[in-house]
Amino acid sequence: MTLTRWQRPESSFSPFRRVASLRDEVDSLFNLAFGRLTGTNGGENGRGSQLLEGWFPAVDVYEDKDNLLVKAELPGLKKEDIEISLHEGFLTLSGERKQEQAREGAEVYRSERWAGRFHRTISLPCRVEADKIQATYNEGVLAVTLPKAEEAKPKQIQITVK
Amino acid sequence: MNAVAQKEERSVRPEAAPQERPYVSPNVNIIESKDGYTLEAEMPGVAKDGLDISLEENVLTITGRRQPDPSVNLLYRESNPVDYRRVFELDPSIESARISAQIEQGILTLTLPKAEKVKPRRIEVN
Repeated sequence: MTLTRWQRPESSFSPFRRVASLRDEVDSLFNLAFGRLTGTNGGENGRGSQLLEGWFPAVDVYEDKDNLLVKAELPGLKKEDIEISLHEGFLTLSGERKQEQAREGAEVYRSERWAGRFHRTISLPCRVEADKIQATYNEGVLAVTLPKAEEAKPKQIQITVK
Repeated sequence: MNAVAQKEERSVRPEAAPQERPYVSPNVNIIESKDGYTLEAEMPGVAKDGLDISLEENVLTITGRRQPDPSVNLLYRESNPVDYRRVFELDPSIESARISAQIEQGILTLTLPKAEKVKPRRIEVN
């Protein structure tokens, strides 16, 4: 599966979680200071080193016999902010969340949420019917249902013995 | 001044008891204005009925239970299938009775107003 960038998600059980937390805290400090240059913020979920890369939403891929299902965690957007496109067997999800302008008299005390552009390209494991793709966006999760092309669905083949 | 400080995450230690559920800490933004604090927590996959916000003394605990995974074949996963939890210690200047919460598209927004007497105010001179 082709991805733009792969980063190991950190397991909650990792014995290095504390060290990673410290690293993420330092990343957060740097991102607070330099965040405006790069438009991104560090986070506590193991994706802290996004300094120059943009946000990296988590994507899961499921299938049943008729459809592929791609889910992406994209909290806090409006559906107009998300673009979905399909090209030659690659599904691309992209969009932007604008950094909120600080209100008059308000002071940012802690800033961990992501902001800026995101762009993920997922290689699909089989052919799909492009004009029947549907997408929903609920609870901050984008769910894209891609019906498999007829030839991609599993078929039983009868064996005849002469 | 540390008005809102984060408490230690109990359940992330490797030696945690097996019956303790692991949690992941949601990213938050906290903004302070003269009227109070606004806290935004990112919890994708959590609906209103999966949300639990409790306040004991001055300790605020936010727990978000995710919707269950689709019951179809998983090919590839990057998301962390654990629930969200984060604990905060609130400054006494926050008026707990007037804390309000709403959740939209996976973002929990908590409004924590400061008590009236703490706000800066002008004192008129006769």
